[in-house]
Amino acid sequence: MKVASADGEVALKEVAAESSAPTAAQVSLRRLWRLKWGLAAAAILLLIVGAAALAPWVSPHDPLQVNIRHRLAPPAWMEGGAAAHPLGTDQVGRDLLARMIYGGRASLVIGVSAVVLSATVGVLLGLGGGYFGGRADWLIMTLINVMLTFPFVLLALAVIAVLGPSLPNMIIVLGIADWPFYARVIRAETLSIREREFITAGRALGMSHLRIIFRQILPNLMSAIVVIATLQVARVIILESFLSFLGLGIQPPTPAWGNMLGEGRIYMLNSWWIAAFPGLAIFVTTLTINLMGNALRDWLDPHMNL
Amino acid sequence: MRNYVARQLVQLVVVIIGISILSFGILHVIGDPVLLLLPQNAGREEFERYRKLLGLDQPIYVQYWKFFSNAIQGDFGKSWYADTPAFRLVLERMPPTIYLTFAGLGVAMLIALPLGILSALKRHSVVDTLCTAVAVAGQAMPIFWLGIMLIIIFAVQLKALPASGYGTWQHFLMPAFCLGAFLAPITMRLVRSGVIEVMNMEYIKTARAKGVGERMVVAKHALRNACIPVITVLGIQFGQLLGGAIITETVFAWPGVATLTVESIRNQDFPVVQCAVVLLALVIVSVNLVVDLVVGFIDPRIRVGA
Repeated sequence: MKVASADGEVALKEVAAESSAPTAAQVSLRRLWRLKWGLAAAAILLLIVGAAALAPWVSPHDPLQVNIRHRLAPPAWMEGGAAAHPLGTDQVGRDLLARMIYGGRASLVIGVSAVVLSATVGVLLGLGGGYFGGRADWLIMTLINVMLTFPFVLLALAVIAVLGPSLPNMIIVLGIADWPFYARVIRAETLSIREREFITAGRALGMSHLRIIFRQILPNLMSAIVVIATLQVARVIILESFLSFLGLGIQPPTPAWGNMLGEGRIYMLNSWWIAAFPGLAIFVTTLTINLMGNALRDWLDPHMNL
Repeated sequence: MRNYVARQLVQLVVVIIGISILSFGILHVIGDPVLLLLPQNAGREEFERYRKLLGLDQPIYVQYWKFFSNAIQGDFGKSWYADTPAFRLVLERMPPTIYLTFAGLGVAMLIALPLGILSALKRHSVVDTLCTAVAVAGQAMPIFWLGIMLIIIFAVQLKALPASGYGTWQHFLMPAFCLGAFLAPITMRLVRSGVIEVMNMEYIKTARAKGVGERMVVAKHALRNACIPVITVLGIQFGQLLGGAIITETVFAWPGVATLTVESIRNQDFPVVQCAVVLLALVIVSVNLVVDLVVGFIDPRIRVGA
């Protein structure tokens, strides 16, 4: 009965395939269409990254140029706004658009560097714990539990308070606070891959542990790592902005979205735009990164459970 | 069950020791308390004298033991700034943080539970897509920006709510919403996947086959079992929730532990920072323990496995 129905299904599929077989081009188009949100997000993100990277060429003004006579000018479309300052100016007359373009630099550099650091640490510990098991694994798991119990924000605040705020310190702190997310996933995946036959075969062929870990297990985890790393960039950017917002991150007058938002808070009674636009920049950036990360996950492995 | 409780308690002790090492290490290993305490132009003898006075000339494990044994008795030293015991300062600020956390949790549940269940039952419908879109946007939203936007709209423009502070129920509205909006997206997605998983279970099919109405299937069979993943998630999310409360407090000048911690960091008042970090972590660990025990009690599979 089962065989018959399976045969029937196959036959039906064959008929369907003959009548309207989608061409290769159609298939890839359909795949792309499913990724439409991710692609749109990637395009916007590319724009943001491009603007930050090419800031000296695309920025309409110098982000540090003070102009007291034009201070607190509203955006161009509001009454009293000037076309020279499309998004208005801040409390000392610096152009808001220019500061936003430059402000992206700190967030993006910190976001990407911290993620590279935390991914390296987290992946190595996750691989080691998952593969070798035993006491090392217990220690790593405990460390992960302790770190995940600690609110990420509090940890970063406390460490920055001791180290003092600077770009390298921010990267180190955010990188170190972030590794357990990778370690936990990678460890669990390693545990299951370790039991697969090709690992046993590798051992039987006399491969060293290191070779098995880096040549046989790690390549199987690359898509998971890429997806987590992408999503974590957004998290790190939000946290960096929050530290800068509190005055514990990037120090003024260097523009960063976080410290602009923090400064704007003081003037929000009359000049909402100083706080609104930098926050919007953070929001759009993290949103596009998240959308891209989700699309990446669906594209690489729809069954991935992250 | 007894075994399960014992295992959880052992884990609790290990995590607490880990947290105490972490918070001790932040000040004593990464930083140097004397450098932070004394003015930069203090002489060498002055440094040595203070080092002795604070017991910093002793080996690090002796210092740690002293810190740990005192901390267990609730003695984190005196605040360097206010000359009162750090423990009392932090404890006084605990209630507002706890109220805010629960209010935020309540708002998050009010949003996440109905929407999560609805989008799980009506998968791939317009409602589901809409909910997912809002959740994706919500996850990317920096809540300190959301808070400021709320203040600009409701306090500055509409003059409907107090911009910051503590006291009446009106003071609760914006911070609670802010924190709820922080927690709701991830909770909604987890509720959704939890309900979807349960709806595919054999006993749901059995109930349907028996002729139980769809409404009863959802209310009596699905929701009760979907409670387990939701409770677990709430436990895991509690650390996140407190992290969100920290951010929310600083935006609305809420007189809780987080505001105190940030103030203390600005004043370089490390006993208070240490105490706040340890106590907050303790709260999180205890909530996690209670959640684990409750879940283990509801679902026997969990306490046998793992």
